[in-house]
Amino acid sequence: MMTAPIKYGPARVLPGEQISITTNPDTEPFWEAAKARRLTACQCAKCGNFRMPPSPYCPDCSSNEKAWPTLPGTGTVFSFAVCNKNPVTGEDYVYVPVVVDLDGAPGARLVANLTGCNGEDVAVGMKVTVEWTPISEGWVLANFRKI
Amino acid sequence: MAWANQDKTAIVGVGATDYYVRGKSWPRTINDMAGEAILKACADAGISIKDVDGFAYYSGAGAGYLDKFDTASLMETLGMPHVSFSATLTSGGGGCVGAIGIATAGLINEDCTYAVTVMALQQLPQHRLGVVFGAAKPNPENSFLQPSGLVGPGHLMSVLARRHMHLYGTTQDAFGEIVMATRANTANRPKAVRKAPLTPEEYNASPMLADPLRRLDFCLETDGAVAVITTTMDRARDCRHKPAVVHACAHGGSREWGRAFAWMGMPDPWFASSGHKFTADRVWAQSGLSAKDMDVALIYDHFSPMVLMQLEDYGFCEKGGGADYVLSGKIRYDPATGRGVNGGVPVNTHGGNLNEAYIIGMTHVVEAVEQVRGTAINQVKDCEFALASGGPASLPVSSLILRKA
Repeated sequence: MMTAPIKYGPARVLPGEQISITTNPDTEPFWEAAKARRLTACQCAKCGNFRMPPSPYCPDCSSNEKAWPTLPGTGTVFSFAVCNKNPVTGEDYVYVPVVVDLDGAPGARLVANLTGCNGEDVAVGMKVTVEWTPISEGWVLANFRKI
Repeated sequence: MAWANQDKTAIVGVGATDYYVRGKSWPRTINDMAGEAILKACADAGISIKDVDGFAYYSGAGAGYLDKFDTASLMETLGMPHVSFSATLTSGGGGCVGAIGIATAGLINEDCTYAVTVMALQQLPQHRLGVVFGAAKPNPENSFLQPSGLVGPGHLMSVLARRHMHLYGTTQDAFGEIVMATRANTANRPKAVRKAPLTPEEYNASPMLADPLRRLDFCLETDGAVAVITTTMDRARDCRHKPAVVHACAHGGSREWGRAFAWMGMPDPWFASSGHKFTADRVWAQSGLSAKDMDVALIYDHFSPMVLMQLEDYGFCEKGGGADYVLSGKIRYDPATGRGVNGGVPVNTHGGNLNEAYIIGMTHVVEAVEQVRGTAINQVKDCEFALASGGPASLPVSSLILRKA
């Protein structure tokens, strides 16, 4: 009873002007780095393990010392969905929320949008690179583009 | 080791309002509906509301996700003389069956004598659960999720379903079978919202909301209230109906699941799971039973793939074997025999959240009670043990086994 795959066409990132975020002292270094187009992730300065989103303590060694290394900016699609309506306006809009395993930061993931391919061509395991999207109030969001 | 509180408490009363399509319960108020459910549960138990002295909530005592119950306000409304136990599980719907464990804690501790667990839901346009995450104001934590446009729980769970498809070859047919198999159980249920039998063609024509999930993979958006009364076994024997004995009950979960789809950091194999393995293992250890010993399973079905993943986590089939299990007909109920099909255990004989109504899991508790009483509309023959589950969601999720008295 399976039906033919849907032909979605090009996957777009959601419009930046409709996206807002907030920060706190634990998460702000991530977003400040993003403003400078530098991809980082929260790393424990003591044991070296990564965690995202940034949080006050390392869940492995309980240290509260953090490091913010510069990552290569590439990653691998761990999973995804294909959506077809802009969640704010309700208009037809193909976008692909992806969960990305970040290169250079084992265990750290980002949830973002993927562009640079058709919605129907996205696959788990696909290699991607960061694509910066300006959003409201001067912040910048890490999205991804198919390599 | 057997649970210290095994068979020491029982659910003795169930009550529910009509189930309304989202928003249609207005101009009733949420406390009006909660009151009706509580008073009906008391009548069903054969007790007075003035006997109830405990509240065991879940979902942070939420009424839906935006309203809150308040014990003092309910006492004032219902004229309850005193309350000596008022407690809740945290997070959301994952705690629905675990609330019976909270009730048991209050009863065994002799804090209270009759505990009520209640949920009411009224999804007026500004209170739709389906868009509740997307509508929430950004905070530092959800700023790592919301910008992706995963606006509702169904969108979030579609990402888990996709990983399951990738790892185990699961197909959308299996999700469709879950919806169709449980739809077949509502044709004879007067209160069910969706009663018409569902064909594969109709399922496949359902709009894709968050590929791989279609609208029909998402549960109903309904209004209504459900309450149940739990008491000690000695009191339960004096109640109107045969007690539905609390045989095992657990809530919680493991760190690898944690905030789950609000986090997306779960390692394999937890990512493509229901997060229920921890509480499943606990109720099996508490009872010495396993999935094959269950006569019926009332599995929280906010989204069809999460039924499949719970079947795996509870051990009805191997991890990764959910699609084959479902597609072999094993979750179906056969009205002719009153039993399962092809050696399986019937799932959601009430139609579940997908077809009957969604009151954040409480309808599953009601069906579990009716099955072990022997009064269910789709009665499983000789039903001794009923499993009910709450979640998959951010922890705690929960598991409950009820036993025939």
